[in-house]
Amino acid sequence: MSTAFDEETFRAESPMAEFLRMERMPHIWCPGCGIGTVVNCFAEAVKKSGIDMDKLAVVSGIGCSGRVAGYVKLDSIHSTHGRAIPVATGLKLANPDLKVVVVSGDGDIVGIGGNHFIHAARRNMDIMVICINNFTYGMTGGQVTPTTPQTANASTTPYGNYEYPFSLPFLADACGATYVARWTSLHARNITKSIREGLSHKGFSFIEVIAPCTTLYQRRNRLGDGMDALAYYREEAEVDKEVDTRNVGIDFQGDITMGRFVRREKPTYLEAVNERYANVLGDEYQLYGMTTPEREEKERREAEARAKAQALVEDEEARLMAEDFGVDEEGLG
Amino acid sequence: MRKTAADPKGVLSGAHFLDGDHAIAEGALAAGCRFFAGYPITPSTETAERFAERCPGVGGLFIQMEDEIASIAALVGAAWGGQKVMTVTSGPGLSLMMENLGLAVMTETPMVIADVQRAGPSTGLPTLPGQQDMMQVRWGSHGDYRIIALSPDSPQECFDLTVEAFNLSETYRVPVFIMTDETVGHMHEKVVIPPAEEIMVVARNLYDGPKEDYRPYRFTGKDVAPMVRAGDGYRFHITGLTHDERGYPALTPAQNVKVVTHLIEKIDSNADKIIRLEEEEVEGAEVLVVSYGITSRIVSRAVQLAREAGIRTGTLRLITVWPFAERRIRELAGQVRAIVVPEINYGQMVREVERCAAGQCRVVSVPHCGGAVHDPDVILGAIQEACQ
Repeated sequence: MSTAFDEETFRAESPMAEFLRMERMPHIWCPGCGIGTVVNCFAEAVKKSGIDMDKLAVVSGIGCSGRVAGYVKLDSIHSTHGRAIPVATGLKLANPDLKVVVVSGDGDIVGIGGNHFIHAARRNMDIMVICINNFTYGMTGGQVTPTTPQTANASTTPYGNYEYPFSLPFLADACGATYVARWTSLHARNITKSIREGLSHKGFSFIEVIAPCTTLYQRRNRLGDGMDALAYYREEAEVDKEVDTRNVGIDFQGDITMGRFVRREKPTYLEAVNERYANVLGDEYQLYGMTTPEREEKERREAEARAKAQALVEDEEARLMAEDFGVDEEGLG
Repeated sequence: MRKTAADPKGVLSGAHFLDGDHAIAEGALAAGCRFFAGYPITPSTETAERFAERCPGVGGLFIQMEDEIASIAALVGAAWGGQKVMTVTSGPGLSLMMENLGLAVMTETPMVIADVQRAGPSTGLPTLPGQQDMMQVRWGSHGDYRIIALSPDSPQECFDLTVEAFNLSETYRVPVFIMTDETVGHMHEKVVIPPAEEIMVVARNLYDGPKEDYRPYRFTGKDVAPMVRAGDGYRFHITGLTHDERGYPALTPAQNVKVVTHLIEKIDSNADKIIRLEEEEVEGAEVLVVSYGITSRIVSRAVQLAREAGIRTGTLRLITVWPFAERRIRELAGQVRAIVVPEINYGQMVREVERCAAGQCRVVSVPHCGGAVHDPDVILGAIQEACQ
C-alpha cells in the first residue's frame, strides 16, 4: 500500500505555511542542524506574540544561518557577510514602526560583523539579534570562528584551535545590550519565550542559541550526530540567570551556562535622538514628519503594547506551570 | 517617472555663499533625502556635518556609523524602509564601500554617494585634491555592473547635480555618485537655490497593485520595477545572490545572464538620456580638450591662452562621467587632430577617450599625481604639442 506524496498539499497544509515561503522549501540545512529549530521557535514566538507580521522584518548576513531571511514570509533582506546589523539599523531608522530582527551565525555576527555588533549594542539600537552559534563557518566548510572553543578541531585549525574565543553574552552585555539570553537548540521553549520577550523589548536584544553543525563541527571533532549534540546539551547545559556574564564562557564540550542574563531599561537610540533634539529644539523638531506631541503619543501607545505583550508572556508561563508541562521552572527564567 | 515639485521643507531657497560640500547637503535635502548615514573623512565631512545640523528641522535623520561599510549598508536598509538616502566619503572610504556598493547594485537600491576626492594611494594627501577614484567608482566592486557618476565643477553644480543624482537614482534604481574633489568641496562660491516649486524631483516609484502580484524585479534592460516600503505588507525579499523576479535566489548561469544583462543594459540603453556634456567651440577645432570636475576650470584658462596663440581649441566637459560619452567622443575624434585629456590622476578617463577615439586622432594624457590642480601652462603646452 502506498500513499502518493503530494508536495502541493504538504506545503499548503504545513503548520508553517503562514510563516514560511513554502515555495522555497525544501531548505538547504543539513539533517540535525539547529537552525531549523530556531526558525520554528521564531515562528511560534511571532504567532504567540500577536505581532503584526506586516510590521516585522528579518535581515540576515551570509552563511547557513544567513539563509533564514530567504525562507520567512516577511519583509526580508539577505545582505552581505557581516553587514546584517547595519542594514537592519538603516531599515529600523528609516521606518521606526518596524520590528527588525537579525538572524545570522557566529562567524557572520561576531567575526566579520563584530564591529557592527558592538556598536549596535552600544547605541541600544532597537533591533533583535539572534545569533545561531555553531562554533564553525558551515557554508564554507568548517573553518574556525571567533567562538570556537580552544582545542576544537576546524579545517583551518587542523591541530586544534589555539585562539581565545569570544563569550557572546559577555560581549553583548559589556557593549550595552539591554536584553541578553543564551539557550541551546534543545531548549526550544526557552528560545521561543526569549524571542517573545525580545520582540516586546525596547532596545538592543541579543539571543545566542548554541546549535549543532553536524556535517562539519560534530563530525570533524568526532562528536556524533545531531542527537549526540542534544544529549550533550541535556547533560551539560544549566540555567543560571543570576550569573555574571563574565563567567559564562564555553570550553570544548564543557558546561554551558544558559539563561536570560540581562534585562534592563535604557532609552533606545531613537529615543535618545528624540529626547536630545526635543530638549534643544522643542516643537520645531520633527522626526520623519512627526511633531513632538504626535511622537509622545506614539511612544505612550508603544509602551502600552509592550506591557500588554509582556503580561501575555507571563500569563502563559503561569499556565504552563499549572499544567505541569514537565518543564523546569528555572528553565523558563 | 513622476516628477513633482520639491518639498519646500527641505529647500533653503535664496542666494548663499556655500562651499561644495555644504551645497551637496542642501541638494540632498532639496531632493527629498531624509536619511544620511556616514563616517567622517576629509575632505567630505562638511556635508555630513551640515546634514546633521539641518535634519532635525526637516524631519530627517542623520546617523554617524562605525565605518563606511556600515554607512552604505545602512543606506540599503533605509532605502527599502522608504527613504531617499545618501552618504559622502573620500577615496579610502570609497574603498570600504565597494562591498555593499555591489549589494546596492545587485538589489537595485537607489542611493546617492558623494566622493570628495583627495590624492592617494592609501592615506595619501588627505587635505589636497585628486581625481583618482574615477576608475574605482566604475569598476571597484566585483562583478559586472553599471553605475552613474556626475562630476560638478562648482558649488552651484554640487547643488544642482545632487538633485539630479537623486532623480537618476530613483529612475534607474541604481547608486549614483557625485565625483567631486577637495578643491570644489572646499571652494566657497555663490549658490542660488531656486524656490521649491522650480526644483523638479523624481518621487520614489512605489507599487500599489495587488500584494500577491508584487515583483521587486523585472529584467527588461530598459526600465526597473517599482519598489515597496518595508512594513506596507508586501513581504518582499531581496538578496545579493543571483535572483529571479520575486527576489528569490536563482543560482543558475542562465539567470545570471538575465540579471547581469539587465543591470548593464538599463544604464547603457538609456545612456543618451542620462549623459550630459558641455561643449564649447568644438566645430572646426584642431584640438579638443576633454576634462571634468575642477580640472575643467583650469582648462578654461589654458584654452583661453591656446586660442590667443591661434590654436583652434574646443572643449568638452564631462558632466556625466559614467556612463561614458562614447558616441560623442567617437564623433569628435573623427573631426579633430588631437584630444588632450588633463586629469588629476596618472591617466584614468584618458583610457576611455583612447578607446572611443579608436585611432582616429592623437590622444594626449596630461597626468597629475594629485595634491594640486594643474598649472594651466602645462595644459597649454600639451595643446601646443598636440597640434604640431
